[in-house]
Amino acid sequence: MLYREAGDFKTSYASDNQTFPIRFDRVAYWVVMAFAFLVLPMIMGDYWANSVVVPFLIYVIAALGLNILIGYTGLLSLGTAAFMAVGAYATFKLTTSFPGMPIYIVFLLSGLITSAVGVLFGLPSLKIKGFYLAVATLAAQFFLIWLFTRVGWFFNYSTTGQISMPERSMFGVLITGASASSTAVYFTCLIFVVGMAWLARNLTRGTVGRSWMAIRDMDIAAEIIGVNPLIAKLSAFAVSSFFVGVAGALTFAVYLGAAEAGEAFGINKSFLVLFMVIIGGLGSILGSFLGAAFLVVLPVILKLLLVDTLGWPADLARHLEVMIIGALIIIVLIAEPHGIAALWRTIKDKLRLWPFPH
Amino acid sequence: MKMTKLAAVLAATLVAAPAVAQDLHFPMLNYRTGPFAPGGIPFADGYQDYLTLINQRDGGIGGLPIRTSECETAYNTERGVECYESIRGDNPLILQPLSTGITYQLIPRVTADGIPLHTMGYGRTSALEGETFPWVFNYPANYWDGASVAINYLLEQNEDSLEGKKIVLIYHNSAYGREPIPTLENLSERYGFELVEVPVDSPGQEQSSQWLQIRRERPDYVIMWGWGVMNAVAIQEAANIRFPMDHFIGIWWSGSENDVVPVGAGADGYTALTFHGVGRDYPVYEDIQTYVVDRGMAAGNGDQIGSAVYSRGLYAAMLAVEAARTAQELAGHAQITAAEMRTGMEHLSITEERLTELGLPNFSAPFDVSCQNHGGSGAAMMQQWDADTQTWSLITDWIQSDRELIGELATADAAAYAAENSITPGCL
Repeated sequence: MLYREAGDFKTSYASDNQTFPIRFDRVAYWVVMAFAFLVLPMIMGDYWANSVVVPFLIYVIAALGLNILIGYTGLLSLGTAAFMAVGAYATFKLTTSFPGMPIYIVFLLSGLITSAVGVLFGLPSLKIKGFYLAVATLAAQFFLIWLFTRVGWFFNYSTTGQISMPERSMFGVLITGASASSTAVYFTCLIFVVGMAWLARNLTRGTVGRSWMAIRDMDIAAEIIGVNPLIAKLSAFAVSSFFVGVAGALTFAVYLGAAEAGEAFGINKSFLVLFMVIIGGLGSILGSFLGAAFLVVLPVILKLLLVDTLGWPADLARHLEVMIIGALIIIVLIAEPHGIAALWRTIKDKLRLWPFPH
Repeated sequence: MKMTKLAAVLAATLVAAPAVAQDLHFPMLNYRTGPFAPGGIPFADGYQDYLTLINQRDGGIGGLPIRTSECETAYNTERGVECYESIRGDNPLILQPLSTGITYQLIPRVTADGIPLHTMGYGRTSALEGETFPWVFNYPANYWDGASVAINYLLEQNEDSLEGKKIVLIYHNSAYGREPIPTLENLSERYGFELVEVPVDSPGQEQSSQWLQIRRERPDYVIMWGWGVMNAVAIQEAANIRFPMDHFIGIWWSGSENDVVPVGAGADGYTALTFHGVGRDYPVYEDIQTYVVDRGMAAGNGDQIGSAVYSRGLYAAMLAVEAARTAQELAGHAQITAAEMRTGMEHLSITEERLTELGLPNFSAPFDVSCQNHGGSGAAMMQQWDADTQTWSLITDWIQSDRELIGELATADAAAYAAENSITPGCL
């Protein structure tokens, strides 16, 4: 009843090709946007902004980036955290070398630098794929982290190897540093998420995205029909690393404020983003949001429920949290091997026909 | 986006009602889980047991009960930040994260929010410059003191000359482990010993290549900056290559029972630094037995009492309570704020008489904190492990660190921090 195409006539090519062909989706999209931009900042406290919503938004960007690589192009990468580190260290170097540079420009430039590094480490993908490529990107993970902890130039020769974000503002509002308001931080992340999700959605709908998917489905066939594998694979690495780099820059600059390559961008983080993509759904923009929510928001909600509401000891709750999340991952993957996004797709198909079974 | 909405709804329902009762909030950022739990558990137990003792025996501080809250960080910086965000609105008086990584995240935040941060024997060393870091304290000793005390001890052992000696620093490859390097480099130039740095990546379960390198280097001494599982593995590897244990010196975080017991007899003679007494031979432990353990209120499993890191947690809690007491005296009322607590910490004076009153005679070196010096005395002792009796025993008296050199290095580092973050140093 709610969710149907009947009566929604497409009278032009533009309306036929729009992102959300169903009216309900379009309305839902605008409702969510209005909620995120207008309502959420009003009702959300500092705690929720700084420790739940902001990391969620940042991980969405990282998951979108990795989804482009794994979900759309079929290239497995285990170096996500290292590319996030590239974004973070690029931000640090740029903003300490050019303090006057607008911070949003710094984030975008950090993304571009990461993009270049990503292309470099993407070169082996022209020859190898699957597990072999995963191992090559694993090398990126170890090499880059090693570089950032050993070469003093990257952390301005600070004695501990920690990088700390100085205070920077944009349009007269403080964005980074401890005094920045949670609203400013939230809007910064939200603007980047909306912009990048829009970019990802439209890239994957167009020629570039179709060439990525052709490579994913069968690279030899794609080559025969005229897709250049060199351009398709390297562009996937470039775009993916751009997203991941911006996520790393935001993690360091607005979320953590200080970071250290080995601790903040270790291999665990690579796996975390990979799990987000797999649980959320490969090759789905919505899946990146759902996957990030599952692995970032759920643990905090469990903690609040067990420790703050039920009053259980913090360590017991933490052990239980690990078990519950682990069990949920297995249950989700057994019930829906293609991720939570596929579950949503099934519901959508059922809703379209409802109340008729066929 | 769907989840965000759900989260917001849950947030609205889960926000707890603010406490109206008068109390002093001492939050605990513990880690009883994760790879560093063997170090986090005894510290947390010692900290909590001492606060329970104060509540049970004295009815709190100045008549006000202490309220504790626990947040699990798992030694992870992101969780540490989440914990900080969750307690900062709840009038916390003092934060002790027991993690150098989390400390670095918290320094700018506590400075902006006005909450005192006490990093006892860890954290950012240059925070001893109280004028640049008004909200951060690292008394009674810091890593650079540790490095300097270790070298002073070795000088004592070698008739005041380390000329031509070779000393290896094996360290946890993180902000924590890298802290002593500038001091040791400086001291190596001054005393003419050769310093070889050997990093171990976290968590440090695998160190055979590092110890192969150490074996090849044939050092006279090995100094270790380790934490968690890395310590026991390093001591095991040293025992395997038959490195003389009394030439192997650990920082205070590498000197707990957990580090030496797994190695068995091979660890006999291993030495480590400590900035407080060890063992249970202090009157305060009788009170802990009477008021805490016998009443069934011991933290955790209650099996850590008297261990080296437990003593450190107890010491940290004792200093926090003493600072709160000082703050109450200065403020003239019992319900102190975080800002008054900071003033109390800045005027903290630990004397031998006070220690005896507290049931901890000669447990710590006497020290005074001031606005210029947030770093305390910087003195430490050496403790040695006896594998037969399974005890640590103190083998030296207090050894003073080279505070002149440390002051110079700290001033330079603090000045760089002040310039980077546009801070004008000064007393609050």
